[in-house]
Amino acid sequence: MSDTAADPRLLRAPPKRGIRLSWADERLRAIVWQVLVLGVVGGIVWWLVRNTQHNLEVRRIATGWDFLSREAGLPIAEYVIPYTPASTYARALLVGVLNTLKVAVVGIILATIIGTLLGIARLSKNWLLSRIAGAYIELIRDVPLLLQLLFWYTLLQALPSPRQALHPVEGVFLSNRGLRLPWIEWQDAHSFALLGLVLGAVITFFYARSARAKQMADGQPRKIWPAALGLIIGLPVLIWLGFGAPFTGDIPALRGFNFAGGMAVTPEYFALLLGLVTYTAAFIAEIVRAGIQAVAKGQWEAAEALGLPRGLIMRKIVLPQALRVIVPPMTSQYLNLTKNSSLAVAIGYQDIVSIANTTLNQTGQAIEGITIIMVVYLTISLSISLFMNWYNARIALVER
Amino acid sequence: MKPMRLATLRTLGVAVLATAMAAPALAQQQPAQQNAATMDAIKSRGTLSCGVNTGLAGFAQPDSQGRWTGFDVDYCRAVAVALFNDASKVRYVPLTAQNRFTALQSGEIDMMARNTTMTLSRDTSLGLDFPAINFYDGQGFMVKASLGLKSAKELNGATICVQPGTTTEQNLTDWARSNSIQFTPVVIERVEEVVGAYTSGRCDAYTTDVSGLAATRSAQPNPGEHQILPEVISKEPLGPAVRHGDQRWADLVRWTHNALLAAEELGITSKNVEQVAASDSRPEAQRLLGKTGGLGEMLGVDNAWAVRVIKAVGNYGEMFDRHLKPLGIQRGPNALWTQGGLQYAPPFR
Amino acid sequence: MAEITAEATTPRDVPESPAEPRRPPMLAVGPVAWMRANLFSSWISTAVTLALAYLIIRWAIGFVDWAFVNAIWSVPVTEQGAQTQACRALDHAGACWAVITEKHRFILFGTYPYEEHWRPALCILLFIGLYIVSAMRRFWRPALGLIWLGTLVVIGGLMWGGVLGLPYVPQERWGGLVITLILSTFGIALAFPLSILVALGRRSRMPAIKMLCVVYVELIRGVPLISLLFMASVMFPLFLPEGVNFDKLLRAQVAIILFAAAYLAEVVRGGLQALPKGQYEAAEALGLSFWQKTGFIILPQALRLVIPPLVNTFIGMFKDTSLVLIIGIFDLLTAGKTAIIEPAWQGFGVEVYITVALIYFVFCFAMSRYSQSLEAELNRHRVR
Repeated sequence: MSDTAADPRLLRAPPKRGIRLSWADERLRAIVWQVLVLGVVGGIVWWLVRNTQHNLEVRRIATGWDFLSREAGLPIAEYVIPYTPASTYARALLVGVLNTLKVAVVGIILATIIGTLLGIARLSKNWLLSRIAGAYIELIRDVPLLLQLLFWYTLLQALPSPRQALHPVEGVFLSNRGLRLPWIEWQDAHSFALLGLVLGAVITFFYARSARAKQMADGQPRKIWPAALGLIIGLPVLIWLGFGAPFTGDIPALRGFNFAGGMAVTPEYFALLLGLVTYTAAFIAEIVRAGIQAVAKGQWEAAEALGLPRGLIMRKIVLPQALRVIVPPMTSQYLNLTKNSSLAVAIGYQDIVSIANTTLNQTGQAIEGITIIMVVYLTISLSISLFMNWYNARIALVER
Repeated sequence: MKPMRLATLRTLGVAVLATAMAAPALAQQQPAQQNAATMDAIKSRGTLSCGVNTGLAGFAQPDSQGRWTGFDVDYCRAVAVALFNDASKVRYVPLTAQNRFTALQSGEIDMMARNTTMTLSRDTSLGLDFPAINFYDGQGFMVKASLGLKSAKELNGATICVQPGTTTEQNLTDWARSNSIQFTPVVIERVEEVVGAYTSGRCDAYTTDVSGLAATRSAQPNPGEHQILPEVISKEPLGPAVRHGDQRWADLVRWTHNALLAAEELGITSKNVEQVAASDSRPEAQRLLGKTGGLGEMLGVDNAWAVRVIKAVGNYGEMFDRHLKPLGIQRGPNALWTQGGLQYAPPFR
Repeated sequence: MAEITAEATTPRDVPESPAEPRRPPMLAVGPVAWMRANLFSSWISTAVTLALAYLIIRWAIGFVDWAFVNAIWSVPVTEQGAQTQACRALDHAGACWAVITEKHRFILFGTYPYEEHWRPALCILLFIGLYIVSAMRRFWRPALGLIWLGTLVVIGGLMWGGVLGLPYVPQERWGGLVITLILSTFGIALAFPLSILVALGRRSRMPAIKMLCVVYVELIRGVPLISLLFMASVMFPLFLPEGVNFDKLLRAQVAIILFAAAYLAEVVRGGLQALPKGQYEAAEALGLSFWQKTGFIILPQALRLVIPPLVNTFIGMFKDTSLVLIIGIFDLLTAGKTAIIEPAWQGFGVEVYITVALIYFVFCFAMSRYSQSLEAELNRHRVR
């Protein structure tokens, strides 16, 4: 009853007629159907839960979340927050979540850039370039991602060993242990400078907005870039100088078995990123191409008639309009990339699936392990959907 | 929504209800197997379901024609021969490290011969039973000979390849902690992938059971380029496993293993077994081969079971020589007790 | 939207626009003019063309050297197994296709009994035949469902055997390409009816049913297929009463069906939404019941609209079945990887991956080309 009352359509039904106990009454039928379906589904779920409880008991499988606070004892190669095998399962799982986010966020940014370039290349007037982009897109889309990941990983392993590492620029080493880049020894000053950078960017954003509003009001264009330059580059540099300009290079060097120091990118991470980016970029390219083609030809012609250069037409006229077509399918590509990052388990990058998998194997608690994986992905998917919906609504508003 | 014909609705409603009620009924049609003896279930089904590794050279791997071969696979075949006198009546279920225990617990397989380490927690809280130890193993390290290492203790700072979700992974962290060794792990699930990572130089060392190391080493184009370090950091007694709670079934698996050992001890091979059965007068051989004593019937099979098993798969030594020796694995602790090893069959009497 | 539907909604290559109505003067056509217009129109274009041409030619020469000139096609196989020293001596200067020569039947058919390989081979042909028949518009009628049912039953009979004197082959022994085809085709075939119900449910005016369908679709599409496969592999046995158990392949199949149904439901819902409202209203005005309206008026039109995205969903499914590698089922990719476990063949992964990729590519490329032409055809129809 309460279910049907929520439906405004049913509320609009003839006002003073009670429910008749007859099949001819639409509302009664709706109620019966819903009760029936809910009953069947509920029954099945109840039956499964009962079986599960019984099985867990009979097989003496531990349940509950106690294991989270136990010592994990599993080695993890890459972590953003401090971790040792003596840490708890909860921390190991958190490391896994952060590793997933690390590959997903970087992957989304790179795939968007490369995919957009590819999509534009696909529409290039240069026949060879457009054909190569087309062949690439077709080839990548018709082979399973898992196979591509395995292929990339095998290929990366064929790089030379650390002792014979490729050494293109001073301090940069490429070997089968991954990529080592020089880095600076991180100090508080750097953190504050980074904060200054963010602050500068935010202020610039609001400044640009007010400048645009003023331009809309009086038609006078205003120069934004000097202030932007000062805020985005000047502010962090000033802060850094204020702290006494600390700078100590952290150059990687061969020590013992491997390189020490510098910033490391492991082959597992690199292979996963490479696979995800090349794969997703192929899909994004097609979305971008379709989006650009969806912009009416008259827009191009009108802009050309105004004498605008091609790059400016693309940036100022075509892309903003294409974005409206592009954003919704792009959202699903971002979701795909995130979910596909779970294939990391096949090539040894320790994301949440890999770590939850090991956890469930060591503790025997399959239900908890898989619940964790699902909750994490549902949360990430939902967050991306929400963000992209917000963005979509924003760019849609621009249309007056 | 417009009025729907009463008949249609009623039919549909009945159909839905019927399905809902039939679903549990259908699923429960098969009586719970665990209460009935596993052996009877297998006999009435006509095949033995045996869980094996998805692919581990020497222990279980399908050949070019898709036939499963290997040391563990021969255990499945031996038990099938004991039951049915037909080594082909085995359904091999390839299992990963993740789903192996679930498969056994749920009754998807009857026994598991998948190089699984016997541990206390697996024996108790996972509801398993390990009737026999068919391979005594231990965890070791393999490194490139060019590194010139003498001991695993020199591995500080090294990158080590390891498979996840196994006792190997935990042994490694325990060992590293107690020896205060820092290492970078590379954790890859599938064995061919992890070996590939080691041989390509992604890792400095590869750790797994010594038998696995020996097999990997001998498979390399130049085995001399790799060396297995002397430290063995754990005990890995590997053996077939069955579900906890059915002793008769566990007995058959246990004594099949023992028969294979006893046969080697008594010098009975697949070639001479029939001749021995006919002519050998040693009482133990007579009892093993079912001439006297009626031991087979006590196990729930016929008395000539051991003859058939040995004829089909050979004795323990033959199995070892067939599958593991070509990989460069030495008998070591798996030699018979008479030759200073650990493999020891209780008396057949 | 995600994974496969996204592929579905992504328009594939649309053929170039028709030629200009008026022909340019003769001097402006011909290969030289074409090249000037399309390859060397400006100095940037020229630079790009030259750079790309150089890279492609270099790569092609290297590849031909590796794959054909220096390749080894077979090695002797003796009692001790294959003698791969010749391949090892190449040291990656050439491909060792001998691994394919030796293992191709394992890669295609897995652990299926060797003497019975003609059965899965016939099944593969049946599957291909089924795809071709389904691709022809002249067969787009309800009878197609019967053709599918009949073929799938025949395939089941062939694979299992136990009838007509064929020896019985349990599912554990099935493997290779046929598993990939079975998982994807049965997955789509069985998910399809379910997805129609879910799509209708999602548009239903009954709140409880609508909510149920929304939760199902969003839940499944919010998680990766891997987690569902893990669930099927380690959690599903816990759901059933003691002593009841399904085969691993069947469990994976169930997971794939549930997964595919959620994505297909969104595709079907797209078709339902694309129908003009007048169709619904006209049907109601005729006094048709809900099921009559849906079965005779709405679905026949809506399903026609969604055929191209349906094909794209199928391509996605076809590729995604490779994930069963992670739970140890012998599909095409797993069989390929298992083929190189044997010590003699270790280290020839690239050759096997290329072969397997080629098989996937042939199937997916054919289907994607078909879906493109279909889309263009349907669009033309709509324009008219």
